[in-house]
Amino acid sequence: MKRSNEPIFWSLFGAGGMLAALIGPALVLITGIAVPLGILFPADTMSYAHMLAFAQSWIGKILLLAVIALFMWHAAHRIAILLHDFGVHAVTVVKVVCYGLAFAGTVIAAWTLLGL
Amino acid sequence: MSKRRPYVRSMDGWWKRDAYFVKYMAREVTAVFVAAYAVVLLVGLVRLAQGQAAYEGWLAALKSPLSLVFHLVLLATFVYHTWSWFNIMPKTMPIMFVGGKRVQPGMITGAGLAAAVVACLAVLLIVRGVAS
Repeated sequence: MKRSNEPIFWSLFGAGGMLAALIGPALVLITGIAVPLGILFPADTMSYAHMLAFAQSWIGKILLLAVIALFMWHAAHRIAILLHDFGVHAVTVVKVVCYGLAFAGTVIAAWTLLGL
Repeated sequence: MSKRRPYVRSMDGWWKRDAYFVKYMAREVTAVFVAAYAVVLLVGLVRLAQGQAAYEGWLAALKSPLSLVFHLVLLATFVYHTWSWFNIMPKTMPIMFVGGKRVQPGMITGAGLAAAVVACLAVLLIVRGVAS
């Protein structure tokens, strides 16, 4: 019997969903609202120097990759199923496109982080 | 060859027929916003690697009113994601027993939401502590 690849994608979906559920709201609040508005945090919180140092540290690389890649894998899995719900029944094509985009995002993030 | 065209009931808008399906759809659609946020961060990372001017362009874009409104929408959908994620957790995780008794769904959801509040506060405080 051919082994199902579902557990791999479901694990990535679950990990991303859990990460987004636990810290997602805080991340959006910081990067998208508080820091751009200059409230709650020092003005230079996301300055070039700070973010470069963060992305050059190993802990920073791991955190950035985890957030970007897992959020993408989480979304890819749900969007693939959503498309089916909306009547797109080309299951293989949908999965290749959705998971392919998440994979591409992961590679770009990892490659960029390793080059810093 | 048969020329019959049997009646097939349309599935268009099936999820609007029942409040339960609407809730399902609202929960699943949050994924589109999660993906959008991941792309915003990925663009920021790529711009960071391209140098100071490129990165500061990304930072300036985050300050635009359009971006701020977009991130307010993102924040609302992420909060809904958190809420719905832990609401379905009793159904998605294996049944848990403590002391021979099944852990009630409400307990699992409550513990998950509490963990999310603690984790979010921890992230806010750590970022604030590191930044200042």
